[in-house]
Amino acid sequence: MSAAGSASSPPSGGAGLPSDPFNLLFTILRYAGLMLLNALGLVIIYGFISDDNLSLAIVFAVITVGANIITFVPALYPLRWMTPGLMLVTLLVIYPIIITVVTSTTNYNNFHLFTKAQAVRLLERQRYVPEGAATYAYQIFQNEAGEFALWLSREGEGGALEVAFAPAGAPIVAVANPPAEPPETYEGYRLLAGADRTAALTAAGQTVFGIGDDTAQISSRREAARPLVQRYVYDPATDRLTDNQTGTVYVADNKTGFFTRENSAETLSPGFRVSIGLDNFSRLVSDPGLRGPLVDIFVWTVVFAFLSVVTTFAVGLAMALVLNDPIVRGRKIIRSLLIIPYAMPGVISILVWRGMLDQNLGIITRTIADTFGVQLQWFSDPALAKVAIIIVNLWLGYPYMMLVTSGALQAIPSDVYEAAAVDGANPSQRFWQITMPLLLVTVGPLLIASFVYNFNNYMMIELLTRGDPPIPGSPTPAGYTDILISYTYSLAFGSNQGADYGYASAITIVIFILVAIVTLMQYRFTRSWEEVSENV
Amino acid sequence: MSEKAKKVAHVESRMVVSTRDKLVGGTIRYIVIALAVIFALFPVVFIVSSAFNPAGTLSTQSLIPRGVENFEELFTNFRALMVDELETYPFWNWILNSFVVASITTVLVVLITAMSAYSFSRFRFYGRRTMLLGILLIQVFPNLLAMVALFLILNDIGRLADTIPEALPFLSFIDWSWIKRFSLDSIGGLILVYMGGAMGINTWLMKGFFDSIPREIDESATVDGATHWQTFWQLIFPLVRPILAVVGVLSFVGTFNEFVLARLVLRDTDSWTLMVGLFNFINSDFNRDWGKFAAGALISGLPVVALYLALQDQIVGGLTQGAVKG
Repeated sequence: MSAAGSASSPPSGGAGLPSDPFNLLFTILRYAGLMLLNALGLVIIYGFISDDNLSLAIVFAVITVGANIITFVPALYPLRWMTPGLMLVTLLVIYPIIITVVTSTTNYNNFHLFTKAQAVRLLERQRYVPEGAATYAYQIFQNEAGEFALWLSREGEGGALEVAFAPAGAPIVAVANPPAEPPETYEGYRLLAGADRTAALTAAGQTVFGIGDDTAQISSRREAARPLVQRYVYDPATDRLTDNQTGTVYVADNKTGFFTRENSAETLSPGFRVSIGLDNFSRLVSDPGLRGPLVDIFVWTVVFAFLSVVTTFAVGLAMALVLNDPIVRGRKIIRSLLIIPYAMPGVISILVWRGMLDQNLGIITRTIADTFGVQLQWFSDPALAKVAIIIVNLWLGYPYMMLVTSGALQAIPSDVYEAAAVDGANPSQRFWQITMPLLLVTVGPLLIASFVYNFNNYMMIELLTRGDPPIPGSPTPAGYTDILISYTYSLAFGSNQGADYGYASAITIVIFILVAIVTLMQYRFTRSWEEVSENV
Repeated sequence: MSEKAKKVAHVESRMVVSTRDKLVGGTIRYIVIALAVIFALFPVVFIVSSAFNPAGTLSTQSLIPRGVENFEELFTNFRALMVDELETYPFWNWILNSFVVASITTVLVVLITAMSAYSFSRFRFYGRRTMLLGILLIQVFPNLLAMVALFLILNDIGRLADTIPEALPFLSFIDWSWIKRFSLDSIGGLILVYMGGAMGINTWLMKGFFDSIPREIDESATVDGATHWQTFWQLIFPLVRPILAVVGVLSFVGTFNEFVLARLVLRDTDSWTLMVGLFNFINSDFNRDWGKFAAGALISGLPVVALYLALQDQIVGGLTQGAVKG
């Protein structure tokens, strides 16, 4: 560490004697750790390259090389302290941002899950049973690990029994001097019979036995065929895929991300990812089906975030004013009781509210129905669902506002009020013209932060209403209470119409820009940027 | 009395507060407080009563459990959750997972960010300002927004367990399946995601703490021959320990309560955290398992609430710095 110490600014006098045994141990540990990291890094990078995943290979290369540079360049000593943090941030913060931006310009969805190389490899793995392939009778074997094997038998030339044993993913070997009936166990595999055999038939039917050119597959209930032939062959020069079984030629369409049959709409599955430029973004504004729900969702997102801030702030401030009054007794206990909603885990609180508001069984709904004779449809009426969300969010959020405004109120000097009273200001004037302006200066940034938080308050929507009730006729899964982030989530992981990562990423970037603008306003407000500059 | 006279009288009465005003004001305040407390505690009372109500369905709940025959019946839901139905709901696994995830994340985040923050606070180097601004910017992009990307990254990492032995056969003597412990459906993967998300804000926060400790302390230690590492561990770290403890508790509770990313990453019942488990409990059938959900909610909610109430003064201090959820 002594050499490194001289690179940093503080005077390094006699820092770190080289003979210090603790230091020596530390140095050894550091280099051993680095060696391990390098070895692992190389393996991982190679693994990603052979999986045709170039981008993650590059990220791990950057991380590994970066760690080495930081360790060996003395001038980078300060960065050594940050090495683990930098590695994490590179992989899990910076790279996801880049990936999101890149994905937003691709057609990455359920039909285009793979890169072109991965798709070609998957297609080239497909096999078919050619005409004239030898057919065998078969028995299914299984080993401890659950892997299957086939016992293939047929009548060979001259009527002699010819038997081969074909494990999945391993070479097929001929069995010399075969017994007439398959044995109970063979090379660690156990013969499946009766119900076991029936149960295994589906899985075994999808398994390719053998390896390389010599493979076998179950072709019917009684027969298995061998050898199988590779079905598709890719020619990189012409960018075409030929079907050996039918002779059809498929051309790679690098605009739509499919192998398409010439003069036909027929495509092969899986497709592959291609760049489609800014199409996802232009679809946001041009596709009327998408634009419709998106505008509604955006408006509701803003309204929801705004109302959440206003209601929680109003109630929180009211409670803070009441509790700051010295004539109220037991303030400490009351405050403790009132912050319980804030302390409860959010998942639990929201789910409990959903149970209480349940439109058939919930205790609140039942009580209202018994008292007023109205069965409130909390989750199927759009307006009521929105009211429910605001009420529950108020319950969750007001203690926070109460705590921060309470602190801010105490910070307002009392002589300001005395002066106002002398000038004849009435209580409402004092509140609106003294308390509020002074309060807003302190808690203003927190209000903006709260707005941003609620803008992306996915958990609230997902747990309470899941975005329901659904907007009828929307081409994408969308609901009246969906906010942008929950809409994005169902686009990316939704089940009905399949995942559309590209489009979801485009919306994510729009959200990011909106949030960044609001946050920038907040920093202006708090002069955080100036603070940064001063501290540097 | 004219309007103006009324106002004057009012102001005067406020300046010399009369007993009658005190009484009226006090009563109004107590009414407001009572309403607020009812609003705040109603759901809490409902959970507690549901948890002890032997009829475990949502439709039979009332604020006071009815038809309880004996003392043992009160614990029907707890027994089902913690003893009888472990086959379907591995409740103890969930608790263990939550504690493992929250503790490992907290310890690693506090250590890693404390080291980074020490560097930012004590050294002056080229690019320091850019990096600090970068951290602020990165924070604007919450890891919730990157969930699609995070999902894909973890998925790709998990595939390495198969591709490495395939691509490098001479290394297949190592069991590469350990990589799956850091991919989708694993606690390790979830911890990675949490750690990545916590780096920005915590580094920034801790730098503030370190800045408040006078640099003369470091300098005198350096004169005495201490290395930076020794200064950090033996001088600075103990000084900020009280604040680190608060940050640690808040980070622990935040991780313990996190649900969205946990549900994204963890798919298998045994790997769920408590929050994901409780959610899936009632997600399938809201009515049937309500009592057991309430019992689980009570068990997991009580320690967190107790922690908050015990530390409320410190937490309020942290709140105004924007350090916690909200």
